[in-house]
Formats: sequence, structure tokens, C-alpha cells
Amino acid sequence: MQHGKYRFIVGFLVAPLALYAVFVIWPFIQSIYYSFTDWTGLSPDFKMVGLDNYTRMFKDDIFWKSLQHSVLLVLLLPLVTLGLALFFAFMLNVGGRRRKNAAVSGVRGSGFYKIAYFFPQVLSIVIVALLFQFAYNPRSGMLNSALKGVGLDSIQPDWLGDPNLALICVMVVLVWSTVGFFVVLFSAGMASIPKDFYEAALLDGASRVTTFFKITLPLLWDTVQSGWVYMGILALGVEAFTAVQVMTVGPGGPDYATSVLPLYVYQTAFRDGQAGYATTIGVGLLIVTMVFAAIVMRLGRRERLEF
Amino acid sequence: MGSTSGHKNEGLGRRDLIKRSAALGLITVPTMSFLSACASSDGGGDDQVEKGKTSAKNPLGVNETAALDVVIFDGGFGQQYAIDAEKKYTAAFPKAKVKHSATQKIQSQLQPRFNGGTPPDLIDNSGAEQMDMGVLVDKKQLADLTALMDAPSIDDPNKKVRDTLRPGVLEMGQFDGDPVWIMYYAYTVYGVWYSQTNLEKLDAEYPEDWDAMLALCAKAKKQGVAGWTYPGKYPYYLPFSLYPFIAKIGGREVLDKIDNLEPNAWKDPAVKAAFEAYYELQQKGYILKGTPGLTHIQSQTEWTKGKALFIPNGSWVENEAAPTTPKDFKMMVAAPSGLDSSDKLPFGTIWASGGEPFVVPAKAKNPQGGMEQLRIMLSEESSKNFTKQVKSLSAFNGGTDGLTLSTAMQAGVDALKKAGDNVVNPRLQDWYVKLQKEQIGTAGIGEMMAGRLTPAEAIKKIQGYADAAAKDSSVKKYKHQ
Repeated sequence: MQHGKYRFIVGFLVAPLALYAVFVIWPFIQSIYYSFTDWTGLSPDFKMVGLDNYTRMFKDDIFWKSLQHSVLLVLLLPLVTLGLALFFAFMLNVGGRRRKNAAVSGVRGSGFYKIAYFFPQVLSIVIVALLFQFAYNPRSGMLNSALKGVGLDSIQPDWLGDPNLALICVMVVLVWSTVGFFVVLFSAGMASIPKDFYEAALLDGASRVTTFFKITLPLLWDTVQSGWVYMGILALGVEAFTAVQVMTVGPGGPDYATSVLPLYVYQTAFRDGQAGYATTIGVGLLIVTMVFAAIVMRLGRRERLEF
Repeated sequence: MGSTSGHKNEGLGRRDLIKRSAALGLITVPTMSFLSACASSDGGGDDQVEKGKTSAKNPLGVNETAALDVVIFDGGFGQQYAIDAEKKYTAAFPKAKVKHSATQKIQSQLQPRFNGGTPPDLIDNSGAEQMDMGVLVDKKQLADLTALMDAPSIDDPNKKVRDTLRPGVLEMGQFDGDPVWIMYYAYTVYGVWYSQTNLEKLDAEYPEDWDAMLALCAKAKKQGVAGWTYPGKYPYYLPFSLYPFIAKIGGREVLDKIDNLEPNAWKDPAVKAAFEAYYELQQKGYILKGTPGLTHIQSQTEWTKGKALFIPNGSWVENEAAPTTPKDFKMMVAAPSGLDSSDKLPFGTIWASGGEPFVVPAKAKNPQGGMEQLRIMLSEESSKNFTKQVKSLSAFNGGTDGLTLSTAMQAGVDALKKAGDNVVNPRLQDWYVKLQKEQIGTAGIGEMMAGRLTPAEAIKKIQGYADAAAKDSSVKKYKHQ
């Protein structure tokens, strides 16, 4: 029985592991190596500079500011997005008034809402960011025009031009563009929860809130957890970068109010011609990501329910 | 899926598998020595084409059969002007094959070719993905264009190419010492842009000093028109009029000191006076409301709609704002208004400089071809063609006779004529991009113009950035000669 098992497993794993090694592990190692050099990214010659890049990074205010913003994004975005998505999904599937022959049902028109929520997902984040740039236009944008429309002429914020609002504006865009995906994901998860659970709960007189916290959420926990990881990746990576790069003052401003780590990596490597230092910041980002993943995995560990 | 972990005696558990695959990843570590091969593979370099024979028609000694590889930035100026010039190259060297490519992604396309030692022969290194020229020069990746500068021009064999250029173009291509690394092909006039029509509506003329400027803004405000707007999202447009303003108040040495990152360069009284004048615009409410949140396009649109009179900008604005510009707008550019009669330089002091930097890589296969192509582009005919197609002046001094120019272009030509020798050319934006755009522009001047910093605070902050840049050993330093 044991004989040949290793060969069998290795036979299956060799191709994916090789791909993984070449396309994931190898670039990681390369980046870490380059973070100890003064490579400009524009010419093939460079030399080792030891820990210079790291000491520089620890003294770099903009690095800390970007780190702070990235951590804020990674804490807040999943919380808000998943919270909203859970609420919407619950309303779409369970939250409706009781109808005949059905223990649970969604609010009226839930089919339409499901599609409407998913719409932003088909737009690329660049387009979403550009659209919101118009909405945030302090002169003729949708938001300020609406404020004017209801007689609030005195309240005309600069939105992205205001350091106190800019990061929030970016977060709103990211939530708007991703929440639909999770609504659909959670709806699918909820659909697989047996209806008898709800029936039993309702017979016992449980309210909607109780049903949500005692039945829906525990049974959906695995999906929420993977959603959390996925959202964290978006908040630390390409989605946050794109929104900041396309929409904000500078970009990254005003006065570094929206700078995030991936943007800082990009600017350092491709604008300042300091690829070596940029990979150092990239290593910092790697550490943040790993810490995030570790925390999520640890917090999320629960007994799995079989049903 | 049940639990698969932790059962002993069942052969390969999940944990073991993870451990082993991690080990597999670690095997790759000893191969680290290959890494240097990745970034420093030094191909090319020696396989340049043989130089051809020099003659009156071929002063640079172009190899007549060698292929020419040109990469053009396909941005606001398009690529047609370059294609037209390449046709002239093939006419002169019929046996040569010209490979033309155009892209907006200069850096992502060309960086690997530089790293691999196989760059093209001529590059229009422009746009958002411009490669840092300081680094390229520093790493000896560019060819010296002195041979081109000393070659006879196409139009007049008795005149060297260097003598046919507009003021400042040649110096901009130098970094330290004599070699010329970059040929800026377009010529940009920066300044205060306005609509003659909208000024006439207010019975006003372009104000030559700051009291007149403030009076005009006050008058406009009564009519519900703002004095100024600017791209609040990219506040580094403000220096286009602010820097020559500083030079006009305190002389061009002030700007040179700033460029040279000298200690306390920003503490000069001229800087303080200029900052306070601009801050007064903000404090008196002469800046269009909402400006700090506008992009360049949005602010230009507000300006062409007549919501604001003035906007600091460069000569590309004519093309860029064309879709929203009314027919009777009469777009004009002027040098910044002075402060008062004690200014060191006369009214007319303006910022003009080269744009569209063309470079010939040091490791190009056919560098003579690349330079010859530039020589062709610097002929009067090609220059006229460029001006006609893209509505911009070129580095060739002249080339506008016989063309009907728009009001904006004519105003640019007139402004250059009026400026005479008083053309300033601050170099911060090409020497220290980060310092200029992100630190001085966005975090300093931008914050001040949004009313969140006083001039004194802004100057202190900016001086701090400049001092930090001066101390930063990872930034290559330049000095005015």
C-alpha cells in the first residue's frame, strides 16, 4: 500500500510545483536579492549595498505613512465590504417578508438587485476610478451637484482635494466596486444552507437578527473567511494601487494623504529609477501581507460544520 | 472534505507535504548566482554596425545599408511627424530599412531592451512612462550627440546644427560638462494662459504687475468670474508661472540656486514675495472654488468655459483643451505679471524649454543612423511639418514663416520675441522629478494654494525637502554650469 505512494504523489505535483517555483518563489527570491542592491532598473550594472536600503526605509516618513494607509485599508475595507455584502445577501435571500409555501425568501425584486449589485464587477477598476473622478469633481461632479440640488450650497467639499476626505473617497470607490461580487458569493453560500434550519428557528420565534447570527453566519463562515483573504489582497494590492493612481491628487496626495505601499513601490521603481529601494519596500509589503494572512487564518480557525 | 492532518502512519500527511514543498522552494536559493546573469546579461555593445564613409551629404558617416530602429512616444504629438521624417531617411539611404514603432509605454517596452543591451537606435523618451534621463546618463546608457551638434545642418551646410536651435535647448541636453545626451525636439512655452475675448468682456488688458492683477481679479469676481484656476490634482502646474515670476522678482540666480539645491535657496526674499502674492489670490477668493479637486482637463474645461480668467500651463494646452474651446476664445499666453517696478528682470521674462526628449542609446546598433534621423528632423521642412501637424514649436529656431498660426501659437512666438534673452529654464522638473512634482508641487505649493499652509510654512517645508534631496546619496546631483 505504502509502496510507490511518494512516486505517485510526486508525479502529480512536479508540474504545478515547478510552475510555482519558477513564477512565484523565484521572483520572490529575486526581489529579496535586489533589495540589497542599488539597482536602478535602467541599466544592467549594480552593486550590493548591504542593509542600506532597509535602514533608509525605516527612516522614510513616506514609507510609514503609506504603510499606515495600507494597514488601514486592509483592516477597514474587508470589514465594511464583507459586512455590507453579508447584509445585502441576507436581505436578498432570507430577509424578505414571509410568503406562502416558503419558510424564507428574499425581499421583493431580489433577482434584480442581485444583478444590479454585480454590475460594478464587470467594469475594470480603472474605469470605475475614472467614473468616480467625475463624480468627485468639486465643480460639476454628481456629489456636489446633488448637494447644491438640495440647497446645501455652503457645503461643497473638494473631496479628493481634501486631505481629510481623500482616503475615505478612495475607500468608498473600492467598496462600491467589490461589494457586488461578495453579495453574489454569499448568496450562493446561503442558498446551500438547508431551509429546515430557518423553519425550525422561525417556529421557535427567532428574529431575523438572531437567525442571521445563529444560523447564517456560522454556516457561511468558510466563505466569509476566504472573502476576507481575497478582500485583503485587493486592499493591499492592485485594486488599491489603481484607484489611488488614477484618482488622487499627485497621485498619492494631497500631501501624501492617500499614498499606499504598492503605489510607493511603483513610484520609487519607475519614476525615481531606484528599483533596488523599491524592492526593499516590496519586501516590507510582503511582510505585511504575510502577517495579514496569518492573522486571518488564525482568527478564522473554527470547527467545521458538516451539513 | 474531512480533516487530513495529523494522522500518523498514513504515509504522507498534509504537513509533511507542505514542509517538503517548502524545501523544494529552498533548493532554488543556491542558484542565486544566476540572478546577476538576469539583470546584467551584457549582450550587444560590440556588435554595432560599421560606420559608413563621411561625405558632404552624409556628414555623420551613416552606414547606408544598416537598418534603423526608431521608437516614438505616441502621445499628444502622435507619430506622423516622425514617420514623415523617416521617409526622408529612406529617401537618402534607399538600402536602409527603417523599423518604426510607436508606443505610450516607453519604459515597459524599452527597459528590458536596455537591460539586455539591445536598445533601439533612436527613442522619443516621453510621456508618463518616461525613463529617468539622469539615471540613463549616469549609467552611461546614452550616446553623446556632440557629433550631431557639430554636423552641418540640412538647410545650410555652413551652419552647424547647434546654431539652428532655439535658446536653452542644447543646454538642456547636457548634464555635466560638454557632452550632449538629449535632443529636445519640441519647444514648449510656459506661462499664464488666458482668453483675449474674456479679458475684453471685462474691458481689461493683460496685467503687467501684481496690483493690476489683483484689481482685475476683483473686477472679475464682481461678475462672478474667478481670477485663476489650476490643476489642483497636479499642483506642479503652478510653477509654470510661479518660477519665472520668482526669476523676474529676484533675478535668474534665485532659480539657479534652487536648481542647485543650495542651502536656504528657498528662503530668498524673491521666493517669499512670489509665494505671498499667490497666497493673496487664494486668501481673497480669486481662485475658482473647488480648484484643489480638479484634474488638468477639468480645470482647463472650467477655464475654457470662462469660469476663470487665468491658468498656468504649457503650450500643449491648446491641443489638449481644443475639444472644449469656443471658436471665439482667442487663446493667448503671456509672461507672468511682475510684482512691482523694483523687479530685477523686465516684464516678459518667461519660461520656455525643450520637450519630447530624443535620445540615442550608447549601445544602439546604428547610433549614426539615429543621429542622422535627428538631423533630418531638425531641417526647416521637417520642423514646419511638425509645427503644422501638432501645433507646437520645434527646437529648430524659425520654421514658422509662411504658416498660418493660431492665436495661441502666435502669442507664444510673440512672447518669446518679447522675452529675448530673458528666457528662464528651471531644471528641477527634469533633474529631480520627485522633488519637483510630489514634494514641492503637491505637498508644498499645492497645499499653500488650497489654503492649508501659509507661505512661510510652505517655504519651510519645501526647504526641508530640498535639503533632504541634497543629502540623499541615491539621487544624482546636477548643477547649472
